[in-house]
Amino acid sequence: MKVALFVTCLVDLIRPSVGMAAVKLLRDAGCEVVVPAAQTCCGQPAVNSGDRADAVAIAKRVIDAFSSFSHVVVPSGSCAGTIKVHYPELFQDDPVMARRARDLADRTFELTTFLADVLKVGAIAGRFDAEAAYHDSCSGLRELGIREQPRALLAGIAGLELQELKGAATCCGFGGLFCVKYPDISEKMVDAKVDDILASGADAVLGGDLGCLMNIAGRLSRRGVPMNVRHVAEVLADMTADVPPVGGREARGSA
Amino acid sequence: MQSTARAFTANARQALDDAKLQVALARFPEGFPVKRRLAVERLPEFEALRDDAKEIKDHVLAHLDYYLERFEAKVAERGGQVHWCSDAEEARTLLVKLCRDAGATTITKAKSMIGEEIGVNDCLEEAGFKPVETDLGEYIIQLRHEPPSHIIAPAVHLSKDQVAEAFRAAHKDLPDDRPLNEPQEMLDEARAVLRRAFLSSSVGITGANMLVAETGSIVLVTNEGNADLTQTIPPVQIVIASIEKIVPTLEDAATVLRVLARSATGQDLSVYTTFTTGPRRSGDLDGPQHFHVILLDNGRTRMLGGEFREMLRCIRCGACINHCPVYGAIGGHAYGWVYSGPMGAVLIPNLIGVDEAKDLPNASTLCGRCEEVCPMRIPLPRLLRKLRDQQFEAGQVPPLFRYGLRWWARLARWPALYRLATGAGVATLGRLGRRKGRFRKMPFAGGWTNARDLPAPQGRTFQQWWSAEKGVRQ
Ligand code: SF4
Repeated sequence: MKVALFVTCLVDLIRPSVGMAAVKLLRDAGCEVVVPAAQTCCGQPAVNSGDRADAVAIAKRVIDAFSSFSHVVVPSGSCAGTIKVHYPELFQDDPVMARRARDLADRTFELTTFLADVLKVGAIAGRFDAEAAYHDSCSGLRELGIREQPRALLAGIAGLELQELKGAATCCGFGGLFCVKYPDISEKMVDAKVDDILASGADAVLGGDLGCLMNIAGRLSRRGVPMNVRHVAEVLADMTADVPPVGGREARGSA
Repeated sequence: MQSTARAFTANARQALDDAKLQVALARFPEGFPVKRRLAVERLPEFEALRDDAKEIKDHVLAHLDYYLERFEAKVAERGGQVHWCSDAEEARTLLVKLCRDAGATTITKAKSMIGEEIGVNDCLEEAGFKPVETDLGEYIIQLRHEPPSHIIAPAVHLSKDQVAEAFRAAHKDLPDDRPLNEPQEMLDEARAVLRRAFLSSSVGITGANMLVAETGSIVLVTNEGNADLTQTIPPVQIVIASIEKIVPTLEDAATVLRVLARSATGQDLSVYTTFTTGPRRSGDLDGPQHFHVILLDNGRTRMLGGEFREMLRCIRCGACINHCPVYGAIGGHAYGWVYSGPMGAVLIPNLIGVDEAKDLPNASTLCGRCEEVCPMRIPLPRLLRKLRDQQFEAGQVPPLFRYGLRWWARLARWPALYRLATGAGVATLGRLGRRKGRFRKMPFAGGWTNARDLPAPQGRTFQQWWSAEKGVRQ
C-alpha cells in the first residue's frame, strides 16, 4: 500500500525523529512511504486565529499536494483533525473545493488510528522500561476519537506499564497560539497536568501530539522534574535508546 | 451589570494570584463533573435525550414568533400579563413601574441570570426599593456586592470563612459572639433572615428556566425551594425571561428537564421543579394576585438571524463551565460580565459587543470538552472560531500576531522557500540547544519560556533527512 506522510511542521522542524519513527512503523506494516515535497504546515494556526484567507490558501496547497494518494498519514491528532474536520468547514461557500476537502478528509488518518484501525496492526513488539502516563491530546481524543488505538499498539512493548491520569480528558494548556497569548492561564493549566502526572507516579509521558508534549516537557523541565517525554511513534518504533526524550539532552558524542 | 471584560488579562492574573479563589477552584474537578458523569452513566438514553432536547430548541428557534405569541395568549387567558421589552433599559423601567404600582418596599428575588444581565438589584435599589436575593449563593454575593462567578453556583468562589464574614457584617442585629463555623449554622441564619424578607415582601421576582407555550406556564428549578416562596407569598409576581426560553409543550419541558439537572449538578432532577400558570385562581390556597411576565429580547433576535443562533439553545446548565480548564484556572469573575466559561465566551461578545470583550473568544484552547458535555449539543469551539474570524476580519487582532501569522502563512504556501528559511534556523537552534536539549530563554518567545523550557530542535529537518535518504517524493 502506498501511503503519503504529512510530516507536520512541528515534527519537521523540531523533532524529525517522530517522522522517522512513523516511516519505520509504516514500512514495517508493509507500506511504501512517500513524502510529497510540496508540504509545510496544515495551517492550524491560521484556522484557529480567524485568519480565514490564509487558512484557505494553505488548505488548497495541502489538498493539491496530496490529491493523488489514497492514504495520507499524519503523526499528530491535531493536524489530522485540522485536515479531517476543519478543511471541509473552510470551503462551505465553494462546492468544488468543499468536495475536494471532504475527499482528502476521508483519505487522511492519524498515525496510530491508521495502524490500528486501517492496517489492523495489533500490539507492536519493542522495549521501553517505564511507567508511562498517556496524554490524550484534545483534538485527537474529541475530534478523531483516538483513545484505544495507541494503547492497543503499545500493549506489545516490553517493560512498559501505562498509567491512566485522573484528568486524562483535560487539556494540557497548549492550545497552539493560546499558550503564548495567555501564558499565565496556560501555565496554570500545564501545572495542573504536571501535578496529575506526578500524582500518578509515572516516570514517562507518552502522547501523539508534539505540541502538547513540548508544553508538558517544557514545564516539567522548568520545574526541575526529570521525565521521559516521548511521542508514541518513537516508542512503537523502538527508537527510544537512540533518541533523547523531548526536551532531554543528547548523549555525549552522538551526532 | 457593568462589564470588566476588557480587562480580561488583568482579571485573569488577579484570579491566579487569589489564593482563596484557587483553593475553591481546586475542588471543582471533583465536584460537578464527577456527579454529571455518574448521572449520565445511570441513564442509558441520555445521548438520545440530548438529541431530542436539541431538536426541540431548534424547532422553537425556527418558529419563535409563533410560540411566543401562543405563550402570550395563554398567559392572558389565565389572567396574567405579558410585557415585551427589547433591551435592558426598557426592562428596568418597566420593572420599576410594576414595583411602584404594587406599592412595594421589600422585594424578594429568586436567582435569575437575566436579572443579572439587566442589573435588577442595582436598578431597584436606585429606585428606593429593598431587593433581597433568596437563593443562598445569590444572597451571599449580594451581601458582598459582587456578581456571580458561576451561573448555577454563584458563590462557588468563596470559602466558608468569607461567607461567615459577610454574614457578620450584614446581620448586625444578631449577637456578635454567635458561632458561624459550620455550613449548617450559616444556613440557619440565612434562612431566618430570608424568612422575614419573604413575609414582608410585596413583589416576588423570578426568572424562568422555561416558558411553556401550550399552557402559558413558567418552569423554575431550584434546590432550595426559595423560588417557590418567592412566587407564592408576595401578592405580585414578576417573571423576567429572555425570549429563547420557550418550549412548545409540557412534554418538551420534561425532556429538557431530564438533561438539565443531570448536566448541571448530576442530580436526576433538581430538588424543586415548579410549574406555575397565571395568578391565584379562586379556591387556590396561595399564589400571587397579579402575574406579570417580562419577555426580554436584549440581543436575542440579532443572534437568531446570525451565525450564533445555535447559542440560543443554551439552557444555562453550566456543564460547559464545569468542564472548562480555563474556567478551572481563573474562575468566573475574570470573564468580566454575567456569564463565564465557554458559554460566556460566546454569549458575552454577542450581547455586549465583540469590541467590549476582545479576549474572550481567544482565551480558549478549543479543547472541545465543553461541546462534548453540552446537553444541547452547542458547538461552542466552532462558535468561538467564528468570533475569531470576525475579529480577524475587523482587524482586531494585535499587530504582532497578525504579521506573525501572515509571515508564517506566506512561508507555508511556498515549500521551497519554507524549507530554506526553516532549515537554517533549525540547524542553528539545534547546535545551540544540543548540549542541554532545551532553552530556558528565547528572544520573541517569552510567552513560552517564562513558564517552560523550550525543547531544542534536533538540528536537522525531517525533509532534509528524507532528501538525504533519497526517499520517494511522489
Ligand atoms: S452552552 Fe450547553 S453546557 Fe453550556 S450552559 Fe449552555 S446548555 Fe449548558
